[in-house]
Amino acid sequence: MSDFQVTVKEAGDVVVLTTDGYLNNIGGEKISEVCDSHMESGKNTFLINLEKTSVVNSIGVSILIEIIEKLQESNGKLAYCNLAPIVEKTFNIMGLTKYSTIYSTEEEGLSDLSS
Amino acid sequence: MGKTPKVELSIPIIPDMELAATQTSEVVARHMGLSQEKSDEIKMALIEACINAFEHSKTEEGQVEINFVIDDNTLVIKVTDQGVGFDSNTVQIPKIEQKIKSDHKRGWGLQLIKELMDTVEFESTDEGTTVTMTKKK
Repeated sequence: MSDFQVTVKEAGDVVVLTTDGYLNNIGGEKISEVCDSHMESGKNTFLINLEKTSVVNSIGVSILIEIIEKLQESNGKLAYCNLAPIVEKTFNIMGLTKYSTIYSTEEEGLSDLSS
Repeated sequence: MGKTPKVELSIPIIPDMELAATQTSEVVARHMGLSQEKSDEIKMALIEACINAFEHSKTEEGQVEINFVIDDNTLVIKVTDQGVGFDSNTVQIPKIEQKIKSDHKRGWGLQLIKELMDTVEFESTDEGTTVTMTKKK
């Protein structure tokens, strides 16, 4: 069973998800559930901190594409921070950076997303 | 140790079992003196190859065979399943612009393998598929 964990906090209008573990289909679904719940409450800016997620697969990442699609309806934003080099490379190959932003740190992300 | 050291691994079709393969690939990459970047690229490609093998499988009771061969300065990895096979020539290159509007967001595995490894070849019949990937030192 997956031991992927997501912790959530709000920093102003930004919902910060901090992941821990292998981002596979189950991990992707957990992220999606959190985002869906907050979107229902009117939030539309999400920053995913992947510092503790050094391994992903394309099924988990493809669920992020679903989130991007949903956020387009509210002109929302999805961003990520603290990506391992291979995770960033994977996101680039899959084109996620065309629709979302990668930040080096959570602080940088929050500063930009809150401005 | 032989001239072309070989590591053979057989994994069951169980969720996350691809990570057993990546643990092995890390050790092999370290033995070869590959950079961390290349080791990580191999891990990611191997994850995708295993997931594809799992999905092609006719049953959940099968095994996926993984062979690592260190051939001089090149690592050759073969991932073999006894699944239903597929025609790699008919697989479209995924584009996120199309995926955003599509109900089918998946289908990135082959593209990732091709981008991350130096070479990729497929042999596939309705009795199974072997993906052969290489990474130079």
